[in-house]
Amino acid sequence: MSGVPPGRGRRLLPLDGWTLIAVLIATLVAVPIVSVLVTALGATDDIWRHLFTTVLADYVGNTLWLMLGVGIGVVGIGTSTAWLVTMYRFPGRRILAWALLLPFAVPSYILAFVITDQLEYAGNVQSALRSVFGWQSARDYWFPEIRSLGGAVVVMSLVLYPYVYLLARTAFLTQSFGLFEASRSLGRGPLASFFTVAVPLARPAIAVGLALALMETLNEYGTIAFFAVPTLTAGIFDVWLNMDSIAGAAQLASVLVAFTFALVLIERASRRSRRYHDTTRRVQALPDYPLSAGRAAAALVWCAMPVVLGFGLPALVLGGYALTFYAETLAADYLDYVWNSLTLAAWAAVATALAGIGLAYGVRLSSQRAMRGLAEFASVGYAIPGAVLAIGILLPLGAFDNAVDALSRTVFDVPLGLLVSGTAAALVIGYVARFLSLGYRTVDSGLARVTPSIEGAARTLGASPARTLLRVHLPLVHPSVLTAALLVFVDTMKELPLTLILRPFNFDTLATFVYQYASDELLEECALGALTIVAAGVLPVILMSRAITGSRPGHGRGTAW
Amino acid sequence: MRRLSVPLISLALTLGAATAHAAGEVNLYSYRQPFLIEPILDEFTRQTGIEVNFVYAAQGMVQKIQAAGANNPADAVLTADIGRLDALRQADVLEAVDSPVLNATIPAYLRHPEGLWFGLTTRARVALVSKERVAPDELGTLADLAEAKFRGRICSRSGKHPYNVALIASAIARDGEAAAERWLSGVRDNLARRPQGNDRAQTKGIHEGVCDVAISNHYYVGKMATNEDDPEQKEWVQSVRVQFLDQQGHGNHVNISGAGLIRDAKNRANAVALLEFLVSDDAQRMYATVNFEFPVKADIETHPIIEAWGPFKADTLSLQDIADHRAAATRLVDKVRFDAGPGG
Repeated sequence: MSGVPPGRGRRLLPLDGWTLIAVLIATLVAVPIVSVLVTALGATDDIWRHLFTTVLADYVGNTLWLMLGVGIGVVGIGTSTAWLVTMYRFPGRRILAWALLLPFAVPSYILAFVITDQLEYAGNVQSALRSVFGWQSARDYWFPEIRSLGGAVVVMSLVLYPYVYLLARTAFLTQSFGLFEASRSLGRGPLASFFTVAVPLARPAIAVGLALALMETLNEYGTIAFFAVPTLTAGIFDVWLNMDSIAGAAQLASVLVAFTFALVLIERASRRSRRYHDTTRRVQALPDYPLSAGRAAAALVWCAMPVVLGFGLPALVLGGYALTFYAETLAADYLDYVWNSLTLAAWAAVATALAGIGLAYGVRLSSQRAMRGLAEFASVGYAIPGAVLAIGILLPLGAFDNAVDALSRTVFDVPLGLLVSGTAAALVIGYVARFLSLGYRTVDSGLARVTPSIEGAARTLGASPARTLLRVHLPLVHPSVLTAALLVFVDTMKELPLTLILRPFNFDTLATFVYQYASDELLEECALGALTIVAAGVLPVILMSRAITGSRPGHGRGTAW
Repeated sequence: MRRLSVPLISLALTLGAATAHAAGEVNLYSYRQPFLIEPILDEFTRQTGIEVNFVYAAQGMVQKIQAAGANNPADAVLTADIGRLDALRQADVLEAVDSPVLNATIPAYLRHPEGLWFGLTTRARVALVSKERVAPDELGTLADLAEAKFRGRICSRSGKHPYNVALIASAIARDGEAAAERWLSGVRDNLARRPQGNDRAQTKGIHEGVCDVAISNHYYVGKMATNEDDPEQKEWVQSVRVQFLDQQGHGNHVNISGAGLIRDAKNRANAVALLEFLVSDDAQRMYATVNFEFPVKADIETHPIIEAWGPFKADTLSLQDIADHRAAATRLVDKVRFDAGPGG
């Protein structure tokens, strides 16, 4: 299938309004990334020789193992649960369909803390084992090390699988099940048909979810520091803060960018080899296969497990602490933090979704391959640790502010000071730069399912690209747009490193308030704040679930969840 | 605390910068957590009428100040260790303060020779040892930690943590890199587990029988012993005894929490007033009683828990000397693969 929509010939001048908008968005968002790459050009003495002869192999090895482990974890949990709740009838399935998204609302460093608290020596699990078997001390028995690569894989898989679940479920819901039914009726078992028919059809969507999850894995610092797993990101902070080399840190960050491009290329390749559009307008009702009692129970346990571990457990523990220690949090301007978090998250969600639409639609309309390349480049900010991206924002923003200030002083004799730096607006700019990947990829994967022939028809009938977007595409892809906005909302609620660096004086969000305690492993004091972050994610998650359920024409109207 | 109003977000664009220059205030960037420092800053405002605008950061302060250029709003910085102060000094964003009050109060080894930074409190990096499993005369010096008798008995947080980096840097400053490397390799071989968790987690390790000796900042003992929110920690601390090191020799290594004035500060006088207040009797007493830190000012009464340990001999090696070896210390941690744990 050609990338050029029909009804649109080659032009001498490849620029039109939408391309221009997309180029503008991509360029602005690319500025911080370019700024990091430029910083990487600075001199770094012999840091690389030092790293190469000492810990670089560990950094790269840990990073790859972590990506492999989390990759298997998120695809395994996300795809299997999405398939079960979409296709089979078992108790609790309607609730699980949206509850499976809940762990996304839990910050990973919080889950890391709670799970470690339960599983370490003094935790409930080992205490119970000791009392059952009569062991006296840690020297009497073996228990797996919690603060380890394995621990980090488990925790990050639990908070990141919802990306895959979300996209896989959307894909399963919008699949035509004719092929699956055909495979079944030709004698293939349900499992074989799942692997040979359903998964290949959903592969592009699963790949997008996987790419997002792995980008978050690459940029993660809090969790890997907690589990003492030195990855490339840990190396970035060490070179930056202990060796005082911001250039060396930026060079390591550039390696992360390279990792990300590799991910994006793999994801693209998996889409290119098989590209599917909805070609039928007729969608059968979902099969809703019944399960035997034993299998229904197994499906229930399997789908409930990630929700219980990734959401139930941390919510319960935080809730317990919050009941005891709510006074501390309430005394500390709690309502202001809630308000600041919600406001910022809403701004970030709207701004990023709009940028995502502009970029994805511009890329779709453009016949230039370079346009897609530019969009991919602009959205790698997601894989760079937030603190490094924040530095990439500070430098150009400071230069901009100082230039405007100088101009204003010269022309109007009015000093403006820093116009944007150190304001809430700088934070929103930062969130868009960080989360554009979510906005762009989610909208793009929605647009990809709209067959170009619909667009061709609209354009042939004389509709402008803007009218086509408003009247044809948005009605078809609005679940994707809503999903993008909600993902950004929840992620902004949790966002920490960029917020810490870019926020104004005397300004705290729930995340920054929680961090000052959590960084000292004192979760009790800030439990109410942490619980609020988690709770604020519940409603968006339900809305997201409704949006994707509604993306299947005629599916379960009124009882979508 | 400031609250962000939805329709006012664009207005904040224009006002955000303006508020930072008004009279009667001081703008502070802090690596210290607000919940530790706010009571002291509130007392400063109560006594002087000067408002303190505060923003806490975990990293990126140097770049934030540099990027803002001539319009930088911050007047002073607070840090929890010498490393962050020295990074600011190296980036050339600090300005010397020549204050008779600061110079008279703070011992010379705890401040920069030209007044670029000042130590406000000290924190001793001590050994916490198991009351049951370590004899009173078993451990006396930092060097002892590398002895074979401690094989498999030591717990530590990451060697890359600024507190450990400074400790290792002090060993390099005193004995040279080769000797420090032999020592650090020895300590690594003696580790009971891969370095992990914070200083409290090491005390917990002793309590649980994972190890017998932990390297820790002293004030965590006080914090754990008085932790009403998490009484479990009171039990952990019952298992350990505080052991100051090198008391017959050069004294126990100390780090500082400190402060510095930022170059071309808009509220310079207020910032210096704040620094001077932080070494006043009131502020020093608050540091010592609220957070169990050692005052830099002589004759300040601290918390009974600390008083009970009696006086100790602090290492008077200049903190700037120690800071000059930070990068070397960081590389040494990589080289001996300290964070990979006992197996190397």
